[in-house]
Amino acid sequence: MSYLDHAATTPVLPEAAAAVAGALGALGNPSSLHGSGRRARRSIEESREQLAATVGARPSEVIFTAGGTESDNLAVKGLYWARRNADARRRRVIVSSVEHHAVLDAVQWLAQYQDAEVVQLPVDAYGQVRPETLRAALAEDPASAALVSIMWANNEVGTISPIAELAAVAHEFDVPLHTDAVQAVGALPVDFAASGADALTLTGHKLGGPYGAGALLLRRDVDCVPLLHGGGQERDVRSGTLDVPGAVGLATAASIAVERRGAVGARIAELRAALVAGVRAAVPDVIVNGHPTERLPGIAHLSFDGCEGDALLMLLDARGVECSTGSACAAGIAQPSHVLLAMGVEEARARASLRFSLGHTSTAADVAAVVEAIGPAVERARRAGITSMATR
Amino acid sequence: MKVLAAMSGGVDSAVAAARAVDAGHDVTGVHLALSQTPDALRTGSRGCCTIEDANDARRSADVLEIPFYIWDLAERFREDVVEDFVAEYAAGRTPNPCLRCNEKIKFAAVLDRAVALGFDAVVTGHHAQLVDGQLRRSVDAAKDQSYVLAVLTPAQLSRAIFPLGDSTKEQVRAEAAERGLAVAAKPDSHDICFIGDGDTRGFLTRRLGAAGGEIVDAESGAVLGEHQGSFGFTVGQRRGLNLTRPAPDGEPRYVLAIEPVANRVVVGPGRLLEVDEVRAERPVWTVAAPAAEFDCIVQLRAHGMLSPATVAIDDDRVTARLHTAQRGVAAGQALVMYAGDAVIGSATITAASARSSVTV
Repeated sequence: MSYLDHAATTPVLPEAAAAVAGALGALGNPSSLHGSGRRARRSIEESREQLAATVGARPSEVIFTAGGTESDNLAVKGLYWARRNADARRRRVIVSSVEHHAVLDAVQWLAQYQDAEVVQLPVDAYGQVRPETLRAALAEDPASAALVSIMWANNEVGTISPIAELAAVAHEFDVPLHTDAVQAVGALPVDFAASGADALTLTGHKLGGPYGAGALLLRRDVDCVPLLHGGGQERDVRSGTLDVPGAVGLATAASIAVERRGAVGARIAELRAALVAGVRAAVPDVIVNGHPTERLPGIAHLSFDGCEGDALLMLLDARGVECSTGSACAAGIAQPSHVLLAMGVEEARARASLRFSLGHTSTAADVAAVVEAIGPAVERARRAGITSMATR
Repeated sequence: MKVLAAMSGGVDSAVAAARAVDAGHDVTGVHLALSQTPDALRTGSRGCCTIEDANDARRSADVLEIPFYIWDLAERFREDVVEDFVAEYAAGRTPNPCLRCNEKIKFAAVLDRAVALGFDAVVTGHHAQLVDGQLRRSVDAAKDQSYVLAVLTPAQLSRAIFPLGDSTKEQVRAEAAERGLAVAAKPDSHDICFIGDGDTRGFLTRRLGAAGGEIVDAESGAVLGEHQGSFGFTVGQRRGLNLTRPAPDGEPRYVLAIEPVANRVVVGPGRLLEVDEVRAERPVWTVAAPAAEFDCIVQLRAHGMLSPATVAIDDDRVTARLHTAQRGVAAGQALVMYAGDAVIGSATITAASARSSVTV
């Protein structure tokens, strides 16, 4: 089996698994006042410090959550409510059109139920948000801007947006910027303080940590209304008994991923280049989507005209090659990717796409398996595509 | 063989897939997403198109340890089944959407795609037998679905596998329970899968718009009531006519004819429903075209309405002279011809009449 879907989730690092298992064996609620509670609290705070040091944040800026979707929802809704409460005119939520659904659907909900006005920033053909695009959107009516949310690196095509520049633009207008950096942490240099972002989403299972453990990095001077009310944990922004094994696993994995980033990233980039070259040799008319240089090292997003992506996925799966047609949907029904559509790709080509994503366990054998399987799979999927057109 | 099992999320298709695995086939499960706006949860006995049904299919595939995918055929289903259904009612006919789905979706769009992708056949949980390429009724007469499969050509049937035809529904359920399939006790689905609330007339009214017209008595010519759209009626229907005036002879009235152009519904006493000559078009033969004239058993709707008949074929047209008169034969339904329990072929009913006097 060749696993090329690391952007969906990547294998847990053995060190992280051991750390989680160790923490699961320890007793104590971090909020308890006795010895067991103090020991659990110590684990949490050490994890917080470790994670903070790894991503250029202060420990007090780390809010532990249950993952990327929660962090995105907390940032987008929490910042919106706080900003609007401070000034009722601030109702415009400015996002890129290539955000993950955890941001897009959250802001759509704000528009539907909370009087927000959503501005979706266009992207260029690579999927990148230009600082001047953001500046124009903010300048249109600066007083009404509640927040900006733009992802660090896109989960489908891998394109990186210039977050530091975008944050600087947002700050020209005194508007906070949130960035979904779920794909970026561990794969790219991410320094929260240097980026200028006011809030940043990260999650464990994309970098070798456990599922269900993530964090929102939130600057100390940024107000955020909680989604979850209760015991007042995590600066009163995120109530709920702290997940010690999750936090320990997340911090362990993040620190190892960041420490090994240079070496692993270089190896992944080489493998990715070999994959693209090999696929191109087998299928000369393959189209490579995303930015040629400003992108995640491990993502190869490819279009095969005349194929349906889900047919290709099934054929490759039968050969033991595991990849994705984009981001997964609850019902398992393949929708044309909103990211590709936003990049100006036509619907048929958007449906004809596959994402191969490499990670820390990827090998040359994985790439060889793709290169060997792709030619016959594309040929067969093209025949099937033509058949389904003919019987219409 | 490498086969594709169409898995609706119901008990039949799950057991069919299981039997295909037992038979030594290399089985891949596929759930067909047919609704463009699937509900999250299934309600009552309707449908096979909710996300919950897809999950049930997935869980059965898990138990069988076969790969499982969802194929989105919602657009094809809308074009070929739902729009056809609406257009047929608008034209005063009574379509059978399950038959159309087999003809256009399961054994056309899905089968074509499966073959192109390297599969040899499609497995479904239909209750029918396929013995040496010959389509036959299921041993469970109450669950037999050969009627809605009779529209398949020999080429389609050569790529179909129906593993359940030798079992009763009860046996299928018991087997599902033995195999640990969670859908063993799931209720059967009835009605039309794309009409969630079961209100066909309401669905058609929303699609076609209410259009008031008269309900006229065939014998006296008297107007007995009003309707809100002739598409809401089926030949042979008695209930739901809402006649405001009694018929002159005091007898119950049945729908005899639907006249969409005049937007009239013609009703009459039950005896006028009786027909013994049925005309149909576009015959499909499941094996080979039979002789120009032959005796057989015909079935005129999905459940029941059987009669011995003499069938004459004239190019693209079929005429069946029924040996026993039938009531309520509706245009748009299939005329399916059987030799014993073997399906000879089918054709779409266009008209029916009594040999003495034309009624439709």
